[in-house]
Amino acid sequence: MSDTVPKPARGEPGEVILRFSDVHKAFGKNVVYRGLDLEIRRGETLTIIGGSGTGKSVCLKMLIGLLRPDSGSITAFGQEVTSMKERELLEVRKRVAMLFQGGALFDSMTVADNIKYPLREHNWGTEEQMEARVHEVLDLVDMPGIDQRKPSELSGGMKKRVALARTIAVEPEVILYDEPTTGLDPITIRRINGLILRLQERLGVTSVVVTHDMDTVFTVTDRLALVYDKRIAFTGAPEEAEHSEMRFLREFVKGGKGVLEEDLG
Amino acid sequence: MGFGFFLQSLGEVMILTGQVTRELFRRPWEIRLWIAQLDQGGVQSMSITFLTAIFTGMVMASQFAIGLEPFGASLYTGKLVSLGIVRELGPVLTALLVGGRVGAGFTAEMGSMAVTEQIDAIRALGANPVRKLVLPRVVAMVIALPLLTVIADLVGCFGGIVITMAEVGITLRFGLKQMIETIEVADLVHGIMKSAFFGYFIAIIGCWVGMNTRGGTEGVGQATTHTVVWTSITILVSDFFLTRLFLAIYG
Repeated sequence: MSDTVPKPARGEPGEVILRFSDVHKAFGKNVVYRGLDLEIRRGETLTIIGGSGTGKSVCLKMLIGLLRPDSGSITAFGQEVTSMKERELLEVRKRVAMLFQGGALFDSMTVADNIKYPLREHNWGTEEQMEARVHEVLDLVDMPGIDQRKPSELSGGMKKRVALARTIAVEPEVILYDEPTTGLDPITIRRINGLILRLQERLGVTSVVVTHDMDTVFTVTDRLALVYDKRIAFTGAPEEAEHSEMRFLREFVKGGKGVLEEDLG
Repeated sequence: MGFGFFLQSLGEVMILTGQVTRELFRRPWEIRLWIAQLDQGGVQSMSITFLTAIFTGMVMASQFAIGLEPFGASLYTGKLVSLGIVRELGPVLTALLVGGRVGAGFTAEMGSMAVTEQIDAIRALGANPVRKLVLPRVVAMVIALPLLTVIADLVGCFGGIVITMAEVGITLRFGLKQMIETIEVADLVHGIMKSAFFGYFIAIIGCWVGMNTRGGTEGVGQATTHTVVWTSITILVSDFFLTRLFLAIYG
């Protein structure tokens, strides 16, 4: 690639590009969603919060067809995802990339081969072009010179950043982050938050972030969505959430402090 | 684990088989992945095959040489050993041992990938896990296990001859001649065809259990145990039916 500055996102900022309408999903008897409605607009960073095990990751996986909903509609760029065949989903997955919780790097491959993996699948270019792209994205996540290492030689935070490099390698328009900061130390958390912001500013990508981390919420979020009672119970700015009528939401964004105060009267 | 679970599993394994078949006919073949699996599952299983076969041949010869003596039939030891090895013990013991080694390995590797979301990642990055992971393993085992069985047949018979030479006093020349006269092409083919089926069972069960692993590292351990049990049972049960089938066809 000759141009080192990645292409800006296509289309108008603010238009709705991803949409859930009335989505139901259950695993056996465990109902995860009963009427999920959510819209994601181009260029924004939407953060999804909610208690553990409420299916926030499920929501991301349904967006790119890794999981299928039981009923309801999910559209990406105006096309229905739920009825797509695996092959048709390729196009969606090229535009909407996902960063998995533990990074999900392939243990058997070097960092360079991990990053080339999606490039090869999407016929991105020649071996030299891919090699150049590997260095480019590693620079972008502040991890230059580690392309020949194996994932097992990297720390948790480094794995996350390499995984992020792999995620942005194909220049996606939307990045889905599944708990990008879970299990990391405060300094690494801040660094990852900084990366999310930087990608947002430099690449103009749309981001959907699933997190428990309030630091992440208040650093990167344009719009906040709360998963509660098997649906999205709130969407709005993080500041609105702090003063919301919903006690659960207030407690959540205050990181549990509110529970004590109110319970102690 | 009820009958319903069994039927559901069977159905899912058949669906996976269908997907593997479809991917097999989709070009271009990713030969490098296949060769890597042939090496891991086949070449690296040679020592275990060799050891199993030579000792099986030797122990059978020891038993027959002594057991046939009261009937004055010790000279037939070589015939019995080579028939037993080529028709049954070669294919089945090789499949059981290699199945334990390779099937458990498939499940452990793919199970770890499943619980760390690497299989989801393959799909998210635009590839197909059946094509990338399952197909190479199935192809490798369907090719490798028959070849390993041929090795087991040869080595087992050789072990049998050596012990017969020591116990009964035949010459190597007599032993080899007896073996060649006894074994018919149909016997060999029969065993090799069975082992191709066994190879498929080992790979498809190992992969299916691995891909469906849940529950973290503990789940991987349990899944691996399940694979060893299920491949062993499948090999033994299917051996009976395949044997009856081939006997009905070839007599």
